[in-house]
Amino acid sequence: MKHEPLVLGLETSCDETGVGIVRGITLLADAVASSVDEHARFGGVVPEVASRAHLQAMLPTIDRACQEAGIELRDLDAIAVTAGPGLAGALLVGVAAAKALSLSLGIPLYGVNHLGAHVSVDVLEHGPLPEPTMALLVSGGHSNLLLVPDVTHDIRSLGSTIDDAAGEAFDKVARVLGLPFPGGPHIDRVAKGGNRKAITFPRGLTAGKDMERHEFDYSFSGLKTSVARWVQAKEAAGEAVPVADVAASFQEAVVDVLTRKAVKACQANGVDHLLLGGGVAANSRLRALAQSRCDSASITMRVPRPALCTDNGAMVAALGSLMVAGGREPSALNLPAASSQPVELVQV
Amino acid sequence: MLLAIDTSTLTIGAAVCNADGVLSQASESGTRAHAELLAPAIEEALHAASSTPADLGAVVVGVGPGPFTGLRVGIVTAAVMGYTLGIPVHGICSLDAIAFEVATGHRDEVGPAGEFLVATDARRKEVYWAHYRLSDSAVGFTRVSDPAVNKAADLSADLAALPGFGAGPSLYSETLTPTQGPQNVSPAQLGLLGVLALADPAVVGAPILRDEQPLYLRRPDASAPPAPPAR
Ligand SMILES: [Zn+2]
Repeated sequence: MKHEPLVLGLETSCDETGVGIVRGITLLADAVASSVDEHARFGGVVPEVASRAHLQAMLPTIDRACQEAGIELRDLDAIAVTAGPGLAGALLVGVAAAKALSLSLGIPLYGVNHLGAHVSVDVLEHGPLPEPTMALLVSGGHSNLLLVPDVTHDIRSLGSTIDDAAGEAFDKVARVLGLPFPGGPHIDRVAKGGNRKAITFPRGLTAGKDMERHEFDYSFSGLKTSVARWVQAKEAAGEAVPVADVAASFQEAVVDVLTRKAVKACQANGVDHLLLGGGVAANSRLRALAQSRCDSASITMRVPRPALCTDNGAMVAALGSLMVAGGREPSALNLPAASSQPVELVQV
Repeated sequence: MLLAIDTSTLTIGAAVCNADGVLSQASESGTRAHAELLAPAIEEALHAASSTPADLGAVVVGVGPGPFTGLRVGIVTAAVMGYTLGIPVHGICSLDAIAFEVATGHRDEVGPAGEFLVATDARRKEVYWAHYRLSDSAVGFTRVSDPAVNKAADLSADLAALPGFGAGPSLYSETLTPTQGPQNVSPAQLGLLGVLALADPAVVGAPILRDEQPLYLRRPDASAPPAPPAR
């Protein structure tokens, strides 16, 4: 049997410094340092703060990953790095570090797409991806429906958000409700004690003309505004805001549209596997509703454990490893960081 | 053998040096494409010196001050190469590399008082600057003041009148005093300074070698939004 590639992956597109190590599709290490606490008081990720934190965390995180995996850097066969999309200054720290590793060790470098990495990570947990797979990626930075015939070079965008990402809407609504940043986990927690049918918030891009033009696109900006107005009206009337009900009803509006369109996309394209990924895929209601809708439609749902859904280096290593195995050519040493890299461009 | 890297000004690149001097240099000027160009420049410099990363004994890196995004590219590159190769990484204030080039090649432009200003572009009408004096030490200069960032117009009249090196004085020639000397950091000069400082850190003094922490000199631009209602 051919020796399986030992690949290190670097991820710095937002506020997590991730270093993952895989052998083939076996996860050996997943070290992540997050600067999320440094952003909390700003209510969102501050790019310069994130970039500074990436530089500080880089060596300790590489070191931790090597120890966890029980390997030496010189054992590596290839390096993979998120080239985009993401915050430009943050991406540059990872890309430069990856080049330094590739140059020092004399091994190939793969500059890969962050979204492709989110899709790839599940091979570490649930084995090879069926081809094609439908992927629903939702996080603070993205909300995408992707048709994935081959994750190493053929990813097609069916739809994406036309305004805010789903995770962003969670952050903003959490703020309106006086819940901490990042909003996702807090809304999920508070919503458990609320009634998701208490308030009917709008479902973006689901009616008439919108559905023709944006069949698989999302919009969460109107929903966010509608929640804020509803809360303001309560406050203006001097009434107590039912935080749990608002959280549950808002969350339901988001996950209803996300899952409804994802299942529809599967049916429209004859795809029988739906993969969830991104930080919002850790949301318990999204997982539950997606599962029940997939069950009714005879679609197999795949979702990695929460630590692999959020940004991490293992997902980048996973995609790099699939590229090595698939005989893809490495990237050039002058590869750029591509902050607005289109999802169809799997490798830079 | 030592690898020198600087990305704090519009010249970015790498040089390979040893006790005999500069073996090779590869750099690109007038660019902000730091991440794209630095690694190929390092590869080119190593190749031109007929050496490989395994031949290196140390890395020196300009730690600025300079525009943050580019600066980090050089520093993280140096840090990761040093870690991977198991060799030490030393930071050097990038303005010191310009001062060294002045002290070794442009003494005639400094004038009899022996004092000069190094100022680089910090954008927003500001310069990164430090005040220097020629000396007869091994490196030929002493830094009089720590690096700082200020509006060019806010430097004292005495400082502004000193012969000025780096891109700052020509950018702000109405207040500062430009010369014909170096405008940007030369990786080769940084490397030579590194060789001297490493050969005898005691003689040239502690100010030259430092850790590889960036000299940001500015806090990140970020402001907290108004506090949310407590609930
Ligand atoms: Zn992500």
